[in-house]
Amino acid sequence: MAKTVTQEFTKGLWEEIAPFRLVLGLCPVLGVTTTMENGIGMGLATTFVLVCSNILVSILRKFIPAKVRIACFIVIIATFVTVVELLMQAFAYPLFLKLGVFIPLIVVNCLVLGRAEAFAFKNKLIPSVADGLGMGVGFTLSLGALGAVREILGTGMFLGMSVFGASYEPFAFMVQAPGAFVCLGLMLCGMNIIGSK
Amino acid sequence: MTELIKMVVVLVLLSSSSGGLLHWLKTQTSSKIEDQQVKFVKGPALKSIFEGSSNDPTADRFTLKVGETEKNFFVGKFDGKTNCVAFEGFGKGGYGGDIGLMIGVDIDNGSVLGAAVTTHSETPGLGAKAKEDPSFVSQLKGLSIESPILVTNDGGKINAMSGATITSRAVCNAANDAGKIYKEIKSQLTEKVKSF
Repeated sequence: MAKTVTQEFTKGLWEEIAPFRLVLGLCPVLGVTTTMENGIGMGLATTFVLVCSNILVSILRKFIPAKVRIACFIVIIATFVTVVELLMQAFAYPLFLKLGVFIPLIVVNCLVLGRAEAFAFKNKLIPSVADGLGMGVGFTLSLGALGAVREILGTGMFLGMSVFGASYEPFAFMVQAPGAFVCLGLMLCGMNIIGSK
Repeated sequence: MTELIKMVVVLVLLSSSSGGLLHWLKTQTSSKIEDQQVKFVKGPALKSIFEGSSNDPTADRFTLKVGETEKNFFVGKFDGKTNCVAFEGFGKGGYGGDIGLMIGVDIDNGSVLGAAVTTHSETPGLGAKAKEDPSFVSQLKGLSIESPILVTNDGGKINAMSGATITSRAVCNAANDAGKIYKEIKSQLTEKVKSF
């Protein structure tokens, strides 16, 4: 419990970075990371939900009876997911079209529920915010990185610009679902190699 | 017993306040969302139909009741004359569900000015060409919206896309749906369009 706020924040960026270390929330990780833009958009949406639900769960933790806590978490999370969905439709419609069904699915992203249950329900407001923010930023970075790798290899483009020139034959495997698994596995492998040193 | 009451009270309070919040947000954003939908889903279709029009058809729009539902209609102005209107028809029987077809009609003679597929879930590379390759829907140009539109296999004039007869039929269904709507509200439509 002696961790500082900064530590709560930074643990989400490397030590416990969600998709790689906790291997949580893989559905959107594999589903939407065909481009970096999609990955980051999804990551930001999840971060928003994560921070807001952590705040509310932390504030209400004294009032929520332990027996119905999961139901309460789901109500809180679902509310914020709907907020994100409506706001995204109103202000970033092209992104909403691309992310489509994955936005409502943030409700069942076990990362969000996991942090509410494992952290926010047991901790004060400030550490909970730091935890949510850290986890969210880590999640966004992971999705962005995975999206960037898949976009560059799979289409030869990066943010709409050609990287390798016209002679590059796109490695289409990378933008399909199996490519997501392979790419995630390789990145996990790379992180473990770096981490074990 | 007190624990039970507490659980019920907490859940009820939480759910109802979240319901209230979402209702408020929904009413706040609904008009904005509609604007965005028109701009990004219908916009490209409208642009191709009303090519060379002097106004912005996504802005010049009105709604009319067709049967039970409100439908959006978009007005196109050419050379200062407003005689064109575009609206969406839905065709049953696509390979992956209904197909939405935006169709532009000249209200002076009821001929089709142009058409473009808006929403579909057809097979990429085959049926999906109905949206990507404008040469198929361009066959609708000049036909009368009020008479049935059919593919050649069914005795009509439209050449089906090769490998995608089902999709081609569904697009024709959508055009006929639009024709039905047009016939139903022709007089109101004419009046409304002239007022722009």
